[in-house]
Amino acid sequence: MYTGQSVKRVDALDKVTGRTRYTDDLCDRKAYIARVLHSTVANGKVLSFDLSEAEKVPGVVKILTCFDLKEKHYFPTAGHPWSTDPSHQDVADRLVLTDRVRFYGDDIAAVVAEDEVAAAQALRLIRVEYEEYPFVLDVQKAMEDGAPQLHENYPNNILKHTTIRQGDYEKAVQEPGLVKVEGWYETPVVQHCHIENFICFAEKEGDRINVVTSTQIPHIVRRIVGQALGIDWGLIRVVKPYIGGGFGNKQDVLYEPLCAWLCLQVGGHLVKLDVPREETFVCNRTRHSIRNHIISWVRPDGTYAARKLEAFSDQGAYASHGHSICAKGAGAFPQLYPCPNVEVDAYTVFTNKPVAGAMRGYGIPQAMWAVESHTEDVAAAIGADPLAFRRQNLMPVGYVDGFSKNENYYDSFNQCLEKAMKAIDYERKEKEYRNQTGDIRRGIGMAVFWYNTAVWPISLESTSCRMVLNQDGSFQLQMGETEIGQGADTAFAQMAADVVGVPVDRVHVVSCQDTDVAPFGTSAYASRQTYIAGFSIRQTGLMLKEKILDYAHELTRMPVFNLDIREGNIVRTTDGRVMMTLGELATEALYSLTDSRHITAESTYQVKSNAYSFGCTIAEVEVDIPMCRAKLLNVVNCHDAGKLINPALAEAQVHGGMSMGIGFGMSEKLLFDEKTGRPLNNNLLDYKLSTFLDHPTLQAEFVENPEPTSAFGTKGLGEPPACSVAPAIRNAIFHATGVGLRDAPANPHNLFKAFKEAGII
Amino acid sequence: MSKQYKLIHCVINGKEREAMVDVRASLTDLLRNDFRLTSVKKGCEVGECGACNVLINGECFNSCIYLAVWADGKEILTLEGLEGPNGEISDIQQAFIDEAAVQCGFCTPGAIMSAVEILNEGRELSDEEIRIRMSGHLCRCTGYENIFRAVKKTMLKRLGK
Repeated sequence: MYTGQSVKRVDALDKVTGRTRYTDDLCDRKAYIARVLHSTVANGKVLSFDLSEAEKVPGVVKILTCFDLKEKHYFPTAGHPWSTDPSHQDVADRLVLTDRVRFYGDDIAAVVAEDEVAAAQALRLIRVEYEEYPFVLDVQKAMEDGAPQLHENYPNNILKHTTIRQGDYEKAVQEPGLVKVEGWYETPVVQHCHIENFICFAEKEGDRINVVTSTQIPHIVRRIVGQALGIDWGLIRVVKPYIGGGFGNKQDVLYEPLCAWLCLQVGGHLVKLDVPREETFVCNRTRHSIRNHIISWVRPDGTYAARKLEAFSDQGAYASHGHSICAKGAGAFPQLYPCPNVEVDAYTVFTNKPVAGAMRGYGIPQAMWAVESHTEDVAAAIGADPLAFRRQNLMPVGYVDGFSKNENYYDSFNQCLEKAMKAIDYERKEKEYRNQTGDIRRGIGMAVFWYNTAVWPISLESTSCRMVLNQDGSFQLQMGETEIGQGADTAFAQMAADVVGVPVDRVHVVSCQDTDVAPFGTSAYASRQTYIAGFSIRQTGLMLKEKILDYAHELTRMPVFNLDIREGNIVRTTDGRVMMTLGELATEALYSLTDSRHITAESTYQVKSNAYSFGCTIAEVEVDIPMCRAKLLNVVNCHDAGKLINPALAEAQVHGGMSMGIGFGMSEKLLFDEKTGRPLNNNLLDYKLSTFLDHPTLQAEFVENPEPTSAFGTKGLGEPPACSVAPAIRNAIFHATGVGLRDAPANPHNLFKAFKEAGII
Repeated sequence: MSKQYKLIHCVINGKEREAMVDVRASLTDLLRNDFRLTSVKKGCEVGECGACNVLINGECFNSCIYLAVWADGKEILTLEGLEGPNGEISDIQQAFIDEAAVQCGFCTPGAIMSAVEILNEGRELSDEEIRIRMSGHLCRCTGYENIFRAVKKTMLKRLGK
């Protein structure tokens, strides 16, 4: 068995030697360089360009503006599976270049030049005349009557408003003796900050356009480039090499359509579009800032009578993933702590800010900031112990979501909490840190989370796999699911090795997805790949094995039911004798003069299930009250992601998610100038990404309850580690100081505001 | 603005090289474009992320903010230079594999080069010192935890501890 073992990454050697080729490493040096000109107003219309000086720059090939776009093919950008039902299709509101600009940084023109310097110089010399409109940056102000409108057909800038109604909230709150606890909780705009910026290049080959791109979702890119250019999707070939991180930003189609369009404008010549870091922050995607308002009505015995959530999600200027993010978070609200009487109103609202899209956790980190901060506030309000209060109200074992049919099969929450508490010595510290005085205080706090693996039944869950047997008994494994750094290829190799019965190094994973040859798949999102791919790997592996054993029967005369493949050998199960190696069989199969076969297997599995992934964070902090600084001393995450396919890589995945959660909770925030809408800290120096010095030792713990619906007992772990860290830090600060933060992150700015309001400074 | 070029001589990964460089070019550009040493990664091009780090006369630098012309007369070591003639990898590269310190791999080459600089000092650094010395590298995948373990374990191993 290779699943369950910490097999070394299949791509590690190439990555530590620098042999791994990323997009830029694959681009021929003859490429023209494209740079994008972005609007310097937050809302308005481009009236004209003066290109005269820019065109004089030696090396400039062509400058294209929004006015050169003769055919306007509006396209959606979200990396969702396409829906053949128009009512379920993503909003198509983007053009490759636009004259109607909706945020500071919108794409209005592009320079194609022979080199980077010429492109950059020309960019600076373009003069633009705008008609400026008033703009709005605040999500609730954008909803007011008379606010600047970003898009037609979306009154009050509301992209979508959804509701959940359970029981009778209004009636339930009339119950005598209830305690009302109300709070506002807000998360900031943050960015993915994968270290490889988005980059792609495009070139014509015959009638078709080849696009090589740093993406999580090659097959979706193919469809959207086709839509954006208004050409048949088969005319687009997309190649996804290794990528330097994605975290959801590259689960959007970014500049592939523009790059392909520019390529066509220069006669099909190779064009590379490499986004500078400063533009990555503003002109790719961000995480939705969500302002949440929660009211809970609690009985003195600690049970909930009624609860209400209003969530206002800041979409920025274009729809991208749109309401899915806010809706996912809102959907978690009535499930995490079930209550008979619930009202939820979730709004996703356009503002003149950069476009928000998918980011690790997909609305759940924002929702958990609100829900788990509020849980702490409620416990404090009724004088309950936060741990006991959680245990009393958490989703019970046996809970079933009527929509997704997800079931809470085990007592995962309590098991995770127990393990995390033990790891961080919670009970002792919780007691020790009560009733502190003085300027420097310590605290310990927790938060739990709920996360869906995959997206069934909201959307398609299809996975395809191909296995091609080689002469030596090894085989290629091709998947539609993508390696984006998380270790997917290694997990897939382990699964395939177990199902077929070969040593794991006999599985050659074809890491690159080329839409001309890779099996179809919608790829990396929703923490789905290990769960989803498992189905098609098991199904295809069994098919391959059946074909191999059928041929083994021809060669050995033994019945198939007495044969098996073990560690790359054809074995007679009755006495364990090795009849031949798989390599001998495969060579015979290919070259036999009597019965030659090319043994391959390929299949698609449509997954019609989904699985809850659970976990918690416990954080310990030291707060310097006069300095308004919090320092994270210890932090532990514990997850139930089902059976781990590769424990070492799972642990590494948790570390990375925790790091992102620490940034979200303590330091990261993209700032905008209120007067102009201009981003203020869109670089890695001023945007405070966690460094080596900002983390204590990250502890990752697991509870491995096998997921019954899964092909390998496993479920989602990609996004979950980022979900509960920030509220745990917030609750630790609350424990230390008695002050509960409204706004993430817990940086000195927000702590100062909160401590001042609370009167402790 | 007319382009100006200058001939430079340097040693790159143990081999004497000469190159005609655009005086505005960075060492990153020189290494990637002229010598196809693509382990040298571009993550910000302004010295913020550390993905382009290389050793220059044994000292680690962000090659993106080091002019190519300054490399004249210098000894440059990139990640490719750590590999032996038969593809042998160094202890620190093996430690990155063993400790699962590699995920997307984009920050890996630069981080390994900073680790090499630390390890070459041949002394034991405290945990805090290791963190400070590695803090010029931004990584979004690993939370730095396993990179830290790889560097520390290799350091202790080299010191026989």
